[in-house]
Amino acid sequence: MTQPYDVAIVGAGDVGAALARELARFELRIVLLEAGRDVGAGTSKANTAILHTGFDAKPGTLEARLVARGHDLLLAYADEVGIPVERTGALLVAWSAEERARLPEIAANAAANGYERVRELGPEELYAREPRLGPGAAGALEVPDEHIVCPFTPPLAFATQAVLAGVELRRSEAVTGLARERDGWRVATAGGELRSRWIVNCAGLRSDELHRLAGMEGFTVTPRRGELIVFDKLSRGLVDHVILPVPTAKTKGVLVAPTVFGNLLLGPTAVDIEDKGDTAVTREGIEYLLAQGRRILPELVGFEVTATYAGLRAATEHGDYRIGADGERRYAWAGGIRSTGLTAAMAIAEHLRDALGAAGLPLRELPGGLPPVRMPNIGEAGPHPYADAERIAADPEYGRVVCFCERVTRGEIRDALRSPVPPADLDGLRRRTRALMGRCQGFFCGAELASLLGSER
Amino acid sequence: MSVRLSADVAIVGGGPAGLAAAARLARAGAGRVVVIEREREPGGIPRHARHQGFGLRDLHRLMSGPRYARRHAELAIAAGAEILAETQATGWAGDALELTGPGGRAALEARAVVLASGCRERPRAARLVPGSRPAGVMTTGTLQQLVYLHGARPGRRAVIAGAEHVSFSALLTLAHGGASAVAMVTEHPRHQSFALAAAAASLRFRVRLLTRTAIAGIRGRDRVEAVELRDLDSGATRALACDLVVFTADWIPDHELAALAGAALDPGTRGPAVDAELRTTRPGLFAAGNVVQGAEPADAAALAGRHAAAGVLRYLEAGGWPEAIPIEVADPLAWISPNLVAAGARQAPPRGRFLVRARRFVAAPRIEVAQTGRVLWSGRLRRLGPGRSSALPAGWAARVEPGGGPVSVAVAGGRPGPLRR
Repeated sequence: MTQPYDVAIVGAGDVGAALARELARFELRIVLLEAGRDVGAGTSKANTAILHTGFDAKPGTLEARLVARGHDLLLAYADEVGIPVERTGALLVAWSAEERARLPEIAANAAANGYERVRELGPEELYAREPRLGPGAAGALEVPDEHIVCPFTPPLAFATQAVLAGVELRRSEAVTGLARERDGWRVATAGGELRSRWIVNCAGLRSDELHRLAGMEGFTVTPRRGELIVFDKLSRGLVDHVILPVPTAKTKGVLVAPTVFGNLLLGPTAVDIEDKGDTAVTREGIEYLLAQGRRILPELVGFEVTATYAGLRAATEHGDYRIGADGERRYAWAGGIRSTGLTAAMAIAEHLRDALGAAGLPLRELPGGLPPVRMPNIGEAGPHPYADAERIAADPEYGRVVCFCERVTRGEIRDALRSPVPPADLDGLRRRTRALMGRCQGFFCGAELASLLGSER
Repeated sequence: MSVRLSADVAIVGGGPAGLAAAARLARAGAGRVVVIEREREPGGIPRHARHQGFGLRDLHRLMSGPRYARRHAELAIAAGAEILAETQATGWAGDALELTGPGGRAALEARAVVLASGCRERPRAARLVPGSRPAGVMTTGTLQQLVYLHGARPGRRAVIAGAEHVSFSALLTLAHGGASAVAMVTEHPRHQSFALAAAAASLRFRVRLLTRTAIAGIRGRDRVEAVELRDLDSGATRALACDLVVFTADWIPDHELAALAGAALDPGTRGPAVDAELRTTRPGLFAAGNVVQGAEPADAAALAGRHAAAGVLRYLEAGGWPEAIPIEVADPLAWISPNLVAAGARQAPPRGRFLVRARRFVAAPRIEVAQTGRVLWSGRLRRLGPGRSSALPAGWAARVEPGGGPVSVAVAGGRPGPLRR
């Protein structure tokens, strides 16, 4: 068997990829193991794509602290590497007098989390800012820093930077067994066996199973399914902000949010299920969402639907993240990372780094810092090759549109296929280029893209 | 820097409608006629419908789809039209079309623009079909490109959702691609294609037609494993094993450029609203073929393209863009096309008829056309239903009063079609 790794990170979702990037700054031999076919292809790819402030988190929790910190870290990182973000802000709308009466309490909760910028609006100001909302709104709370972010680029950017810094990424390598050795672990995977001094569990929905494989107890993941509907880009003009509901004790409720791809999103539902692979959408879920959409933004449901999907939140029996490190075992974990994981990922990585350091992982910083990375812009705003005469003149492949709905060119497909972390399938190509994400869902370009993907491999 | 181009007529889309319009305009001396085609080859959907059955109504002989597509391109080029292939009109810069192609970025100004961008089948998501999202779910458009343009074998056991003309076309494609169709499923009480096509299909391919049946879900993790079928009369559900689901028909016009131009969309067809001369509500912008309503056969689209060319020629000659009155339809009618009546209308619609479709079958339908209570025409149609258009005579349009309020078309008599085959 080969030399042991210093750290094996299990799970290349938002959290695992962010940790790989964070630890790549140090003199460590790192392997990033992903059970699925791609980085960010599990629960990280299906969320509401909101950059949370944490205004509504439970004060004093680790989640509240890491979401607030992660918000600022991700916003700065987005600027650095080119992750699409739109600074929309959110309006938390009260649909009754009772809900309106709860707004001060929500504002006080935000203040307890250190977030002081919420402001209450009356119905006149609300309808002046969002005239197409359904009738009956009694007021709103403005949350000016609750933004929208690309859900696909962050884990790809983390992983790309990590790989360029020397992290070994292995995909389709589920961990099937862990055995303790004198100075670390023997790890059985779908692809064979490896040794590592430290194991870090970032396994998302399966983090509880890995936790038990490592000989630990303490949390159980119960997937909570959230179904969402994506509406045609022609609907984008209906709202300018993320429209949030007043949360109840049971659920955060259904929101309407713009996406950085130029669509509107309606969802999510929240149903606890048993099967960690069951991302099916249901008739009941869709009907429920359409009824909510009709009430919140009546014109929305008249637009064409572009996509429906379901994501699974890695919820546990605890009301907070479960993060820790055990120096004696040389094992660290991040479990119960729910829908806030995208926002919090970089702060969770920092927190894990410090926990690992305190537990005895030697952290000797490498000179020179991380290699710079620039991700392709797949957001609606910002420059695109198809509209850039100079880029097309330099390389005509940027003038050959292959995905007509989203105006993705052959040049961009080629670049994605040759990138440091290339896609393994059409879904991976979609998340890197937004090809196939448009209203035709492949009617015009699906066969051509399958052929390009096949010819490059 | 983007290049500035100009033309007398710009045509967006080089399928049968766009190419037929281009050929007619170029031959009639309309000046510089430019067809913008985003695929590498012109010809549109017939390029990848490799079976026979194209061209009867416009070219007066039967040929295969690819042959028909090539013939239309040859005719347009021979007439003097220019085809800019591999070039997409991505939007508008004022009145100019923004173009992207391997040669660069350009803004094309034209005295008249014809939208002939066609239509597409609603994908599974837009039909709100529940279940998982495995590989092996596609539209006929994707299926035909996979099989005919890329030589792929997309699956072994297919379920076809829909039972219109295109669904039978999908059946032929599946056979060519080595797959057998285990069922064709429609929510209607019968198929909506020609009786002969359906009879031939059931004999040759032994496909089962399941009427009054909905696809209630899709199962399978990585690859489709089964569809759940629901009987719409009894409510009973059952699973049918398959590894491919082809969603056919349920057309939606590719209306993006019309919407971006600010042209009104018709609520029924969801294409740009047009009058008998195929004028949209935006001056200088015409629309022809299946971008107006999805979907007529290719030869009907080509005839609509020729019809639009006649309107464009009159416009280039005389100018003017009259106000138009909308034609509204009431349930069970789904849409009418054309769906505007221009003030002082003298021209008949393409092929001298309005096309109407209904959401369900109506036997012996009596139709009434009225303007604010004044009956303009009433009479019986031979048939009326979903999936296939019926022809409504057009003479009444001349009796519409300009400024007299909207025109309504309704089913005034008839009885429900057969509940079972």
